[in-house]
Amino acid sequence: MSTTQAPAKSSFSLASLVKLDKKSKAALSDPMSENNPITVQVLGICSALAVTVQMQTAVVMSLAVIAVLSASNVTISLMRNHIPSQIRIIVQLSVIASLVIVADQVLRAFMYDVSKQLSVFVGLIITNCIIMGRAEAFAMANPPGKSFLDGLGNGIGYGIILCTVAFGRELFGSGTLFGAPVVPQFLYDIGYVNMGLMVVPPGAFILLGLIIWGQRTMTGYAEDH
Amino acid sequence: MEHYLSLAVRAVFVENILLAFFLGMCSFLAVSRKIETAIGLGAAVIFVLTLTTPLNWVLHEYLLKKGALAWAGLPGADMSFLNFILFIATIAATVQLVEMVLDRYSPKLYTALGIFLPLIAVNCAILGSSLFMVERDYNLAETVVFGSGSGVGWALAIIAMAAIRTKIRYSNVPAGLRGLGITMLITGLMALAFQCFAGIQL
Repeated sequence: MSTTQAPAKSSFSLASLVKLDKKSKAALSDPMSENNPITVQVLGICSALAVTVQMQTAVVMSLAVIAVLSASNVTISLMRNHIPSQIRIIVQLSVIASLVIVADQVLRAFMYDVSKQLSVFVGLIITNCIIMGRAEAFAMANPPGKSFLDGLGNGIGYGIILCTVAFGRELFGSGTLFGAPVVPQFLYDIGYVNMGLMVVPPGAFILLGLIIWGQRTMTGYAEDH
Repeated sequence: MEHYLSLAVRAVFVENILLAFFLGMCSFLAVSRKIETAIGLGAAVIFVLTLTTPLNWVLHEYLLKKGALAWAGLPGADMSFLNFILFIATIAATVQLVEMVLDRYSPKLYTALGIFLPLIAVNCAILGSSLFMVERDYNLAETVVFGSGSGVGWALAIIAMAAIRTKIRYSNVPAGLRGLGITMLITGLMALAFQCFAGIQL
């Protein structure tokens, strides 16, 4: 449903997401694999690539997105009967932007170094399509409890991909995990070198492409071009 | 002058907002199937970026920055935490305004861009440029160059991608790799190609 031909159809694709989620019994577990927001729904790719040079930034970013996504889903779900449909995008955006400001301030207060590394990408959670997409497709039509689970599930599904990409990029690119060296010295001694490609942007695109390929082969999901 | 030229080259090629910072990927993936639509969206992004980045610069300079409220008698106020919400509001309002103006004065352009305009409000490339502009401390002229340069870079990337995807329709891509997968791989190769612009100084 994510393979929109033209932007005019994107609203239809969101509508089909609602149906799909209503059918699915587990709002929580579904987005983690076969309806993963990144690899299947194609949402929120921007930040998935930018913050994945290291595990640490990826984990912090995932936590921030999980928190903002669950909170925004609950808030919008609570307000859903009072939001006039003409201005719902603005309302959703202001809810999300306020939550992101909170997340940003918390990060600045308690994890200043990481927040410096994440730089503009914390702010860009606002335009992360996952958050808007879930608000529009799920929270606007479901009670708070269920919306919370949906937000949590999608957040975790996003986090899983983020951490997988970061794991690959940090391990092969720098030979470390969470900043601690894991590739033993004797490998370097016999000629092993870190793969510079993984640290630069193209590596992220290629790695994510391969992960998508692997995951779609496992779940049997395919697009027609 | 040289400084601005080199800034423009950096924004368009070396630090292409899509290929180096991954911004605007969602619409890039969704709208890069046809060259005509890609050109339409690219033009709309250039237009909106050129408009909103300087607008946000003015807001940041005279309202939000630490000490910016000195003219109102509040020299110690630091409102920069409101960056996000004000920037996104500016962008949404600008997009809406542009839509209305185009509808009234240039229906032809409006129908050409019409469907893409609302999409742009949530394009991270737009908000991203504004945030980069704050982080890098650009002045107004630099902001204008950077904003339009980013737009041109983004448009260049999406149009190139649309052209490649039109060609790839005739290739036999493995089932799981079709669509998103192969697009990511091609984007990776494209980003690799753009990396060779690194180090070019004007």
